[in-house]
Amino acid sequence: MFRNFKIIYRRYAGLYFCICVDVNDNNLAYLEAIHNFVEVLNEYFHNVCELDLVFNFYKVTVVDEMFLAGEIRETSQTKVLKQLLMLQSLE
Amino acid sequence: MVASSLKLQDLIQEIRGAKTQAQEREVIQKECAHIRASFRDGDPLHSHRQLAKLLYVHMLGYPAHFGQMECLKLIASPRFTDKRVGYLGAMLLLDERQDAHLLITNSIKNDLSQGIEAVQGLALCTLSAMGSAEMCRDLAPEVEKLLLQPSPYVRKKAVLTAVHMIRKVPELSDIFLPPCAQLLHERHHGILLGTVTLITELCERSPAALQHFRKVVPQLVHTLRTLVMTGCSAEHSVSGVSDPFLQVQILRLLRILGRNHEESSETMNDLLAQVATNTDTSRNAGNAVLFETVLTIMDIRSAAGLRVLAVNILGRFLLNSDRNIRYVALTSLLKLVQSDHSAVQRHRPTVVECLWEPDASLSRRALELSLALVNSSNVRAMTQELQGFLESCPPDLRADCASGILLAAERFAPTKRWHIDTILRVLTTAGTYVRDDAVANLIQLIGGAQELHAYSVRRLYSALAEDISQQPLVQVAAWCIGEYGDLLLEGTCEETEPLQVEKEEVLALLERVLQSQMSLPATRGYALTALMKLSTRLHGDNNRICQVMSIYGSCQNVELQQRAVEYNALFRKYDHLRAAVLEKMPLVERGGPQVDEEAKESKEVAQLSEAAPLPTETQASKLLDLLDLLDGPSENAQHPPPLDPTPGDTLIHLLDLPCAPRPPAPIPNLKVFEREGLQLNLSFVRPPGTPTLLLITVTATNTSGGDVTHFICQAAVPKSFQLQLQAPSGDTVPAQGGPPMTQLLRILNPNKAPLRLKLRLTYDHFGQSVQEIFEVNNLPVETWQ
Repeated sequence: MFRNFKIIYRRYAGLYFCICVDVNDNNLAYLEAIHNFVEVLNEYFHNVCELDLVFNFYKVTVVDEMFLAGEIRETSQTKVLKQLLMLQSLE
Repeated sequence: MVASSLKLQDLIQEIRGAKTQAQEREVIQKECAHIRASFRDGDPLHSHRQLAKLLYVHMLGYPAHFGQMECLKLIASPRFTDKRVGYLGAMLLLDERQDAHLLITNSIKNDLSQGIEAVQGLALCTLSAMGSAEMCRDLAPEVEKLLLQPSPYVRKKAVLTAVHMIRKVPELSDIFLPPCAQLLHERHHGILLGTVTLITELCERSPAALQHFRKVVPQLVHTLRTLVMTGCSAEHSVSGVSDPFLQVQILRLLRILGRNHEESSETMNDLLAQVATNTDTSRNAGNAVLFETVLTIMDIRSAAGLRVLAVNILGRFLLNSDRNIRYVALTSLLKLVQSDHSAVQRHRPTVVECLWEPDASLSRRALELSLALVNSSNVRAMTQELQGFLESCPPDLRADCASGILLAAERFAPTKRWHIDTILRVLTTAGTYVRDDAVANLIQLIGGAQELHAYSVRRLYSALAEDISQQPLVQVAAWCIGEYGDLLLEGTCEETEPLQVEKEEVLALLERVLQSQMSLPATRGYALTALMKLSTRLHGDNNRICQVMSIYGSCQNVELQQRAVEYNALFRKYDHLRAAVLEKMPLVERGGPQVDEEAKESKEVAQLSEAAPLPTETQASKLLDLLDLLDGPSENAQHPPPLDPTPGDTLIHLLDLPCAPRPPAPIPNLKVFEREGLQLNLSFVRPPGTPTLLLITVTATNTSGGDVTHFICQAAVPKSFQLQLQAPSGDTVPAQGGPPMTQLLRILNPNKAPLRLKLRLTYDHFGQSVQEIFEVNNLPVETWQ
């Protein structure tokens, strides 16, 4: 519990992914969302590790694809990956 | 261009390679200087790289505000890479608090009306992340247009941007209401998800929207049903459950729509049952959906059978091996226990098992839940369990557990004896953690249970003999032994094993308590008084007790010394009074403390008048009774029905007693002075035991507009009187009827001469200093007769 929100986190090896949600949101669902997000990252960076995230932080607009305005946006991993590839091609 | 500027990768490597904070700061400062220079010079080719470096530095916590204008420039540039970094920078650096953020509005507008999806997507992202109210208002029409575009990529983003806008500017909901119905027909999950969220947001904000959307309940039900029944496309399924996120969102929306609305709730009933039974619970995703279902069932007006189903699901969660799920189940059950008590009772054994969790947050929740589940039928079993838990639980939970057990025992105790036993057990296991009123409660309880006096005193004696470190236990035991010592020595009691106790042993035990390092001063006080009472209860000579009293007559602690001196006086000069003074205490009423004080006062007045008082004698014995009363009213003051006392309360009552006891007939107050809003009132009190003493309370109130400061009140009386001025409560009387200032005067009038009083006031008011001297006339006759 943190002020009037709560923090949901999941640990992957040495990294903690945290999401801050409202008090009456479903904890378990957001745990799933974290996992989904990590899986997409994995696909995009090909076996992602911490350094990938650090060096390519400006490419991590995966966040924008999956979450927007504080809500979950796209849940299908294949779709997200397609969009990311498209964006990449524009550079 | 400065040659030594680094590429982003190199910068990051360097920063990570820095061994100390100072080194890191050096690198960053050097780099920031480069970046600033390049921003000034305007280097279009590499500016995005510079900004990226700046953003990295910003994430590490260093100041980066000089990059704000650069973000704007990059956003305006036509190249995608630039735009991307520019928008990213905008999201990080420009939030509502910066003045520059409004400047983006125009750029975003341009980008939104362009045809390129990716760009539009970027713009929408930024808008939804940091859009302030003004920006939202300006750009609302653009977003609305985008809602209806054919491309799903943009539409998804537009929908969620709309959610953000509504959060910022609720009036915009009117614009976004009409497209929703159409959007619900989408097959694309992403859009559907966004739409559902949008509708949720709309409904939460305005009841009118709520009404409007009740119509779509059947459609939502249908969508959810298809999701659940027909396994859907592989791309949306998460470990076997088809698009759990969408399911959860729809369930949430249904919950909001169905709250307090019979019709919608009915349509949902079947569906909810179906979802509950069909979802695969082996993985977390399924559990997430189930949990949401349970929450929805609880909130809408569902059938009773459905609610029971929900509670059962939660019960099943409790058995799950995953800690998260158990935590979630315990929290929800706690919320439900009020409304669906009987259903939750069925899961009591599981809950009790959860008490033994190694994880602290789980066991705390389990404790709360168990305490809430105690009722009259299961109170014995539950207290057993809880006491077992108390013995082994971590210290921070002990206080809660102990008070919980005591509370439950109080509400549901089947017999008094069981109640006393339970409290006793709690005191022995966790004595130091119980609240202050536990002692008072127990004393009160024992006092009230006539038939159990012998039993309780024996139990307490054996407990005390074993262990004198637990303060509350020692206090109660000392009190009991003092009151019922004769029963202790009698020898037979059918409810416990026969315990032969010698008088000497009892005295020795109490002396041990007195001398022990572990005893608090309060405990010592109890023990001293108990010893004194025993002098009348037990037969035989009282040399030992006398000795103890005289030793403690020179004790360091003022309280103990006073007591010992008084008791000594009782032994030596007023031996004939001892029996009367140390009689068994009358049963303390569980009423308001005020009522009881007066009852006790009148009892004492009656007692004293029988004993032919001399002035000083009555003072001494009255003080003694007052000291005994210190045990008494403390019980009352600490036991109000809401059961959350403050130790401060007792203190006030204790302090009140010697100063201002209530006289039989109050003397009327007298207003003696008024000037420009400052009023002085005198109130008189003649304590009944001391006919020569008069207590005057001077109260100064201020109804004017200016404060009265440096207020000093002095008094003078004729020579035959003795006057004592006590410290005033303050020297400022705030304006407009603020808290008044009071001062106490003690006047001794041994010759009963007519009272004359002169008052001198000095104070500052309205910037002037005032001095007033006057004699108080019209003093009521009762003040000195």
